[in-house]
Amino acid sequence: MDEFLICREGELAEGGVRIVQTPAAEIGVFHRGGQYFAYRNFCPHQGGPACEGVLMPQVVDVIGEGGIYKGQTYDERDMHIVCPWHSYEFHLSDGTHVCDKNLRLKKYEVVRRDGRVYVVA
Amino acid sequence: MTTDIHSFRDLANEEFDTRTLLRNAAQQAKDRKYDDFFIVDTDSHHYEQEAFKEIAEFIENPILRHEAKLQGMSLGGIASDNALYQGNGGRITRYPLRGKEKVPATPHRDITLMERWMDPMGVDTAVMFPTPMLNLASCPRREEVSGIALAYNRWLCDKILAENSRLKSMLYLPFYDPDMCLRMIEEFGDRKGVVGFMVTATTYKSNFENPYMKIYSSLQERGLPLGFHAAFNWSEQSLSLTNRFIAVHSLGFSWCNMLYMTNWLVNGMPERFPKLKTIWIESGLAWLPFLMQRLDNEFMMRTSDAPLLKRKPSDYMREMYFTSQPMEMVNNRKALEVTFEMINARTQLLYSSDYPHWDMDLPSTIYDLPFLTEQDKRNILGGNAQRVFNLEPSLSPAKQARRTAA
Repeated sequence: MDEFLICREGELAEGGVRIVQTPAAEIGVFHRGGQYFAYRNFCPHQGGPACEGVLMPQVVDVIGEGGIYKGQTYDERDMHIVCPWHSYEFHLSDGTHVCDKNLRLKKYEVVRRDGRVYVVA
Repeated sequence: MTTDIHSFRDLANEEFDTRTLLRNAAQQAKDRKYDDFFIVDTDSHHYEQEAFKEIAEFIENPILRHEAKLQGMSLGGIASDNALYQGNGGRITRYPLRGKEKVPATPHRDITLMERWMDPMGVDTAVMFPTPMLNLASCPRREEVSGIALAYNRWLCDKILAENSRLKSMLYLPFYDPDMCLRMIEEFGDRKGVVGFMVTATTYKSNFENPYMKIYSSLQERGLPLGFHAAFNWSEQSLSLTNRFIAVHSLGFSWCNMLYMTNWLVNGMPERFPKLKTIWIESGLAWLPFLMQRLDNEFMMRTSDAPLLKRKPSDYMREMYFTSQPMEMVNNRKALEVTFEMINARTQLLYSSDYPHWDMDLPSTIYDLPFLTEQDKRNILGGNAQRVFNLEPSLSPAKQARRTAA
């Protein structure tokens, strides 16, 4: 496993996504909430470029006492990577599909050192 | 070891381009050696509203032409019953971004955009359909539907199909107007790229009514297939009980063809027009085993309700044609395999992508099925369509160039 330099700290804006080609795979690196996440840019559904879509929060049906529907809201704590081909959604935090945890984006370790951000692949 | 990355893409700086979006499709095509396959996409779409100013010029009636230029042809916005939910709230990026895609001045924008997705997917020939016009049948001004449909068909034949041999269409029939349907078959049936005619299945007319028989006779005589393209109408009474797109789409896109198919069978259309080929478009496949079993079971108890039928309903269905998308393939391959057997998929199934719509299927959805033989895959991906539509099995220019260079 090698470390690949992705960017310097501050180079990739908050909310930004950088797509890099490594010998192992094409990888999408997300900068969100001060953290970096790295996944293979390949959707396990039909092979779409999963990291090239939008990030969307979990949609929540708000149910009150007695099963009463109160409306919908976003849960901004649970951001999703959304594949642009068919909108399969994966948790940004661990790459698993929001419904089926057996379906996942391949995750790569991110190392931050000396003002630089690396992906281990 | 630490390695610098010298080449990267920051998505915030990129313009939308179909070829970039479909790079992984191109890789799939290369990995699976589609250069050796003739692939026909039997249900794809373009967004005719983007060219509607051109189309409006083809409208004969000057009053309708004036209004069409003012109003355009588009879906109705968030509060309407035909709001554009297909893009899933911006999640399918080609919906909000496609309109900004840059293309050269020639050929026509719709031709460029069609070829930009066909080539990465490995598609050689595409049967193209409109998008908003699929719901034209629900226009309350029924007398105007024919004028718009006629204009669209003329525009499509003159500006698109005549200019590119890879593009075909089954032309839209305004089903409320049987006389106009027949006129269209006679006017356009021999035009370049016209491989059949199509009814959108949200038309609220029963397809067994006598005024339609002349349409079916004409198509049968010409050897042109009749397609029933699924759609839904959220205002329809039962579907209006749903409150989310997933519900109305899951039910609506299957229900309309179940209804049309049932009427077609119990009124004995396959016996009345035995050589007329019918194609059932964009309802997926899971509805077929259900309907076959349901109708066969009731038919055996009530043959007098469908006296023209000499065989079970499913026997006739196995002789019809079905487009493959959206193929229900989540977690139950056994059910899919049984479905393929029940519909004689190796001779009756036609690959379709439905691109650029939200639930599109790539050719790999067929190619990767482990229960199909190599010949089955060739049939479903292109051979069956070649036979049904009487197509020349011409590979795309890009495939031909790669094969020559190899």
